[in-house]
Amino acid sequence: MRFAGTESYVATEALMVAVNAAIALERPLLVKGEPGTGKTMLAIEIAKALGLDLIRWHIKSTTKAQQGLYEYDAVSRLRDSQLGDERVADIRNYIRHGTLWEAFTADERPVLLIDEIDKADIEFPNDLLLELDRMEFYVYETGEHVTARHRPIVVITSNNEKELPDAFLRRCFFHYIRFPDAETMAAIVEVHFPGIKKALLQNALEAFFELRETPGLKKRPSTSELLDWIKLLMVEDIDVETLRTKDNSKAIPPLYGALLKNEQDVHLFERMAFLARRQKG
Amino acid sequence: MGSRLRGSDDQEDESLMFVDFFMQLKAAKVPVSLREYLTLIEALEKGCANYDVDDFYYLSRAALVKDERNLDKFDRVFAEYFKGPEQAGEGITADIPEEWLRKMMEKHLTEEEKAQIEALGGWDKLMETLKQRLAEQKGRHQGGSKWIGTAGTSPFGAWGYNPEGVRIGQDESRHRRAVKVWDKRDFKNLDDSVVIGTRNIKVALRRLRRFVREGAADELDLDGTIQATAHNGGWLDLKLRPERHNRVKLLLFLDVGGSMNVHTQTCEELFSAARGEFKHLEYFYFHNFLYESVWRDNRRRGEERIPTWDVLNTFGSDYKVVFVGDAAMSPYEVAYPGGSVEHWNEEAGAVWMQRLLDHFPATVWLNPEPQQTWSYTQSTTMIRQIMGDRMYPLTLEGLEAGMKELAR
Repeated sequence: MRFAGTESYVATEALMVAVNAAIALERPLLVKGEPGTGKTMLAIEIAKALGLDLIRWHIKSTTKAQQGLYEYDAVSRLRDSQLGDERVADIRNYIRHGTLWEAFTADERPVLLIDEIDKADIEFPNDLLLELDRMEFYVYETGEHVTARHRPIVVITSNNEKELPDAFLRRCFFHYIRFPDAETMAAIVEVHFPGIKKALLQNALEAFFELRETPGLKKRPSTSELLDWIKLLMVEDIDVETLRTKDNSKAIPPLYGALLKNEQDVHLFERMAFLARRQKG
Repeated sequence: MGSRLRGSDDQEDESLMFVDFFMQLKAAKVPVSLREYLTLIEALEKGCANYDVDDFYYLSRAALVKDERNLDKFDRVFAEYFKGPEQAGEGITADIPEEWLRKMMEKHLTEEEKAQIEALGGWDKLMETLKQRLAEQKGRHQGGSKWIGTAGTSPFGAWGYNPEGVRIGQDESRHRRAVKVWDKRDFKNLDDSVVIGTRNIKVALRRLRRFVREGAADELDLDGTIQATAHNGGWLDLKLRPERHNRVKLLLFLDVGGSMNVHTQTCEELFSAARGEFKHLEYFYFHNFLYESVWRDNRRRGEERIPTWDVLNTFGSDYKVVFVGDAAMSPYEVAYPGGSVEHWNEEAGAVWMQRLLDHFPATVWLNPEPQQTWSYTQSTTMIRQIMGDRMYPLTLEGLEAGMKELAR
């Protein structure tokens, strides 16, 4: 089982080595990187490339580790008991399986994506240490051990909002997705928009990287924003000339809304572009 | 059987092979543990790297480094450690195009000198020697870029060409197929730009948490339900209640400038940890001591001042207040009107401090100076008195103690 990128995902060699090591050693792979550099996409693409099922667990600030294992629905059981339902006798009818349980009992080795683990409480990763390490857990209500039939390929993403505990980190492989350079970026765009006009691609990339270089941006546009933008450019049929003219009254690239996501950044960029023009003139 | 035996031999070799590397990483303060090392060995055994040095680099990086801030340190150690075996095979990197040197030679050398080069073993041998020289030079000058010095006694002197002005570095190369990844040091920026170690601080700050139930009622209140069901004659009566949320409110007052500059990092760590941990966090800056106004933006501290009265009137007494400052100043700055170093203050700092303490009962002062030196500064003693001894050192223990005091 080896991952070597897919048609729709450009993987660097470093990423492939990390993914394959995580697959071979059956350890979780922790992926960090700027927002929009394809952390979540990675898990999806691994599943696609290896032909495996993807099980997603999206973490929110209120997510508890226990929810990933199972939940005991006491309320339903209480209600059923009042109505004289026969299911009441078996407590297992009221154990709701969580994402991890699902992944552990899958018929085939699945890819388990734990998305944005840093969103949860600071103790959340610690609560999952044993479960991810041994790939098993204990159900108190029924006294059963749930053990992984096939150890899933675990991909964990983090946006660095919280620091993760050392004990947790020690159990993972780690990869930091760097922001792609112009060459890789061109390859990524090619993959998403095959047959895109060379001139358009080149000019769009130029404008994009120039925009990213603007100092003091609150949110620098990333890969996913670039892809959205290029899609828009193509849908709107913006011609290359519009992109190329740098010193006309439009200081900002067309359809900038796809790239800059808050008004301070738009103002900032307008100001910078204005200054640049004045210097030239 | 035989293959198994050989396997175990390999294993031993491999597991010992990189111990030095591991120790060097530890020495360079990359937080690596034995567990990660064993993971790496295991991965090597499973053939994840295939004896290709690039693969090995990626693999060891993924296995040993868990934080992008340490990637640069790792790259440096890797470059240092693997320079030996690597360069023996591939030669040194230097940005002198060989053809250019050749041309220079043809231009400048006399027939006699060319013969001399032949005697030395020919052009290739000479290049080899040059590379060695460069390697030695680099070693002495701790790597990085280096201008080649005058040729001195080296055979290169014989060319009549002094390669001074040619930039030599590990960074670029035309001799090799590509620049070594770890020599690129792509992660340089990530190294020290971010605050390190806020997790411990966050854990300490969690002592402050005050959970309050508010918002939508979406959690089953079991006790309430049992009671209501009993009241209901045994028929189920579900009671729900809101989930608990952290409702602690915090005001942070940070001393900036002057003697506090040396503590900037600690304060930043505290600040970023506190920001992540509390929803209701307001912060203000002051200089040395609290007077009639504070500010929120250090760049515009001149224009945008917030009267301390406004702070007192805006925030309720349920806010907890944390001062961070070294409390080292002239006693006049605390005790007398007009004592401030920056402006004329109508009322003494102590008066303002007392006002604030009256309004916010839960207040502590965190002092980044070591505790044993506090008694040497008169102002520190005075402020401690005003604070009712609620001054704690800005260490993890001090923070714990301070938070305990605040949480009472």
